[in-house]
Amino acid sequence: MNGITLTLRTLHRGERHLAHHLVTVAERHRTEHEVHHVATDLALWSREHVRRLAEAGAEHGVKLGDPPDPSSDGVLATLREKASEAVVHRPEPGLLLLRDLRELHVAAAENSLHWEMLAQAAQASKDSGLLALASSCHPRTLRQMRWTNTMIKHLAPQILTSL
Amino acid sequence: MEDAADRIAHPWGPRVPYGRHETWPARVDTFLADGVEPGAVQRWVQAASILHSDGDAMDIAVADGRMVGVRGRDVDRVNRGRLGPKDLFGWQANASRDRLTRPLVRRNGQLVETDWDTAMDLVAARSRALLEERGPGSIGFYTTGQLFLEEYYTLTVLARAGIGTNHLDGNTRLCTSTAAEALKETFGCDGQPGSYDDFDHADVIALFGHNIAETQPVQWMRLLDRFEGADPPRLLCVDPRPTRVAERAAVHLAPRSGTNVALLNALLHETIRHGWIDRDFIAAHTVGFDELAARVADCTPRWAAEICDVPAARIEEAAELVGTTDQLVSTVLQGVYQSHQATAAAVQVNNLHLIRGMLGRPGAGLLQMNGQPTAQNTRECGANGDLPGFRNWQNDAHVADLARVWNVEPETVPHFAPPTHAMQIFRYAEQGSLRMLWISGTNPAVSMPELSRMRSILSQDRLFTVVQDLYLTETAQLADVVLPAATWGEKTGALTNADRTVHLSEKAVEPPGEARPDLDIFLDYARRMDFRDKDGGPLITWDGPESAFEAWKRCSAGRPCDYTGLSYALLRDTSGIQWPCDERNPRGTARLYTDGISWAHPDVCESYGKDLETGASQEAVEYRSLNPDGRAMLKAAAYRPPHEEPDEQYPFQLTTGRTIYHFHTRTKTGRAPQLNDAAPDVWVEISTGDAERLGLGEGDLVEVGSRRGALRGRLRVTGIRAGLLFVPFHYGYWDTGGGSGPGPDTPGRAANETTVTDWDPVSKQPLFKTAAAALTLLERGDGRPSPAPTTTASAPAAAGVVPPTSGGPAAHTMRQEPTQFPHGHEEGAR
Repeated sequence: MNGITLTLRTLHRGERHLAHHLVTVAERHRTEHEVHHVATDLALWSREHVRRLAEAGAEHGVKLGDPPDPSSDGVLATLREKASEAVVHRPEPGLLLLRDLRELHVAAAENSLHWEMLAQAAQASKDSGLLALASSCHPRTLRQMRWTNTMIKHLAPQILTSL
Repeated sequence: MEDAADRIAHPWGPRVPYGRHETWPARVDTFLADGVEPGAVQRWVQAASILHSDGDAMDIAVADGRMVGVRGRDVDRVNRGRLGPKDLFGWQANASRDRLTRPLVRRNGQLVETDWDTAMDLVAARSRALLEERGPGSIGFYTTGQLFLEEYYTLTVLARAGIGTNHLDGNTRLCTSTAAEALKETFGCDGQPGSYDDFDHADVIALFGHNIAETQPVQWMRLLDRFEGADPPRLLCVDPRPTRVAERAAVHLAPRSGTNVALLNALLHETIRHGWIDRDFIAAHTVGFDELAARVADCTPRWAAEICDVPAARIEEAAELVGTTDQLVSTVLQGVYQSHQATAAAVQVNNLHLIRGMLGRPGAGLLQMNGQPTAQNTRECGANGDLPGFRNWQNDAHVADLARVWNVEPETVPHFAPPTHAMQIFRYAEQGSLRMLWISGTNPAVSMPELSRMRSILSQDRLFTVVQDLYLTETAQLADVVLPAATWGEKTGALTNADRTVHLSEKAVEPPGEARPDLDIFLDYARRMDFRDKDGGPLITWDGPESAFEAWKRCSAGRPCDYTGLSYALLRDTSGIQWPCDERNPRGTARLYTDGISWAHPDVCESYGKDLETGASQEAVEYRSLNPDGRAMLKAAAYRPPHEEPDEQYPFQLTTGRTIYHFHTRTKTGRAPQLNDAAPDVWVEISTGDAERLGLGEGDLVEVGSRRGALRGRLRVTGIRAGLLFVPFHYGYWDTGGGSGPGPDTPGRAANETTVTDWDPVSKQPLFKTAAAALTLLERGDGRPSPAPTTTASAPAAAGVVPPTSGGPAAHTMRQEPTQFPHGHEEGAR
């Protein structure tokens, strides 16, 4: 395994993780409607990144898996949504929301740095296919970061001053 | 000459044809109460309509201290004397016997009458206690698009600098926040670019999700008059219903709900592919063309046809229509604003105009519309989730300037985050961090999405709700304190319509009982709270409408919505004037951006913009690098499928909307007999194909259900798009046994029982046009028709099955010959 395949593998794992985490957060915060809907949408970006990384992996002789199946933990998903609805009138889940948004942000930041590494390696090795992949996907990772940052900025004042 | 006409049966009245580039001729519409002769009118008092966003100028007829009728003002360029059905008949609701005449407070679970001192002391005491115990973030205000400018501005000052809360928004969030956001995204700043006068010159008028015939009926009269004249305009209509606009359209597209971005990207694709673009304009006035061109490069009509379920050939025809004309006017309304990807879609209409260079010239204009009469004032006064005067909350210099105007420290005005939008305010109330909500002039228990949730929020014991309204609305019935307000014709104030025309609307009669103008209520509260500026003087220095208007002028000075050249005296003398009106433009400004893009520079812009798909905010440094010279921004967006799609359980798409005879939740129009009789109850529209397939027919009682709730209505079979159901959103429960909501004997009646809590992440406008629903037959029709009007988009597909909607003698109006205006000022601003 060389550095490029190592980065592909790491990034693939990171995007898989982020896709799963976004869906989980969407379910856990079913009653925070904007978080629920946008996180669900943003998970689709990471799923697409996973798929495209797997294709790139195949071209570089690495076998990487498919995106996580969004319906695989249906029972857990329902439980998470029901739990969210059960505490709809409580302020405390706000703290959990801030923690989740922070973790999403950090996960996206890790991916962003790995996209940066992949793009640099692609340039150094004149791999135009990989460079195109990184150029196409990295901006979306940055947008995921910007979104989590915006949500934290907007929600934190009320959540942290009302407890 | 008098020409009697039933304006329920003929909502748009008779024609006065005129040709392209000519001035729209006047036609004066008058309605006087039964038995009142024109000679009996003692005074005509200047006003403008508050039952839609058109800003129809009108005079109120007064006899013996009562309103007895209305007359259009022929001197005003907005309507040239014409009035729509709501203008003609809606005023009668003022005298409804169930007006609130005394304050109410909740005692032992019941609302009981009290005096003003008791009610206001209670509100002030709760405010002070919450400020002390929980801080300003525990208090929120939810206002409307139906008060006057002076009232919004006063509310803004007391909420943002008095209480110091970030939680002030209007129900304009539901009607016009996407218009404002789309303008901010493209032009860096709010402000309607075009003018209604552009309709006089346009060759092609493209209406995106805008049923102008019913929402701004007087502008539809203007278009109808042009159809009868020389060189009439051609229309592009994008609407899933068979509206009057669709009937008249050269090209009508009825796309699947939630696919506007796909359709618009295909129109942009064709425009660029054919080279129907103005390269000089793009180079001089825009940034971002290459990114836009790249984004739409694959968005062929064939691609969009698949997504939108519209023939590719029709999309090509539409693109040719808007792509090859020399004078294009586009208008956008709820079919875009209340649908999926609202801001992203509205911005693509801006993009179409920018790449075609169709801006700032007569007949080449853009109208991002409003729904409500004074929504523009909610926006500019800072009561709509913005800072006053289109100031930028992220720009410290703007906040400092605002603090200077108010004579407070900048830290007094919360600006650590954007002003909280309504959906989030209600969420804070739901989770318990917001403990007092003051609702003025709006009825969220009917107009917000997912009403069972709304009722559960508003009925919480821990939430102290104050409702200020004319009637005991569904929302007022859930309140802790109800304040009786005066309305149009009973108070004086200024209002600004969708094309920036400012009108004065004067007091004609006394309000009923102890009801007070909203301005007086806010001023009373400010006095009781003893809000102070930084030098210890009173924060609010005005005591009536005219002094409030003068205060607002100081706040608007030098901003895009500059009012400094206006005064009550000038508005009395000249009828409507379009802002900005200042020393340089003493007679107002017909069009913005006639000489380049003026408010997009990083130092002056209202917003640094957002990500069109996620809503994430951009920071100043990013904006400065993308748009250093302050040009218009061509922002591209990818199509994303709607969040809720039909499935086996909920096989239909459901959209909600309006009819010409009602406004909002019918608080006024349901109390005007002619309007109420024209559309007395909720109905459900279905396509002929779906009705045949399911064996359903006119008048069948059906239930429309979604994952959130259900409503019942009688079916109307129309030419609506297959697979789509339509329900009007006006109907609630105040005139049923249920009172504030469905009950054991009151089935669901409000469309919003079914709608989803989901909003555009950019404009935060809720989605009312994309829900999945099931349809169930409850009971075969008994021969009675559905209560849907036959005169409009709800007309039955088959002729002769339903008696035509008519108003009879009670709806007969007079048409008067235009009279010479004494001031000789007919044309408005150039």
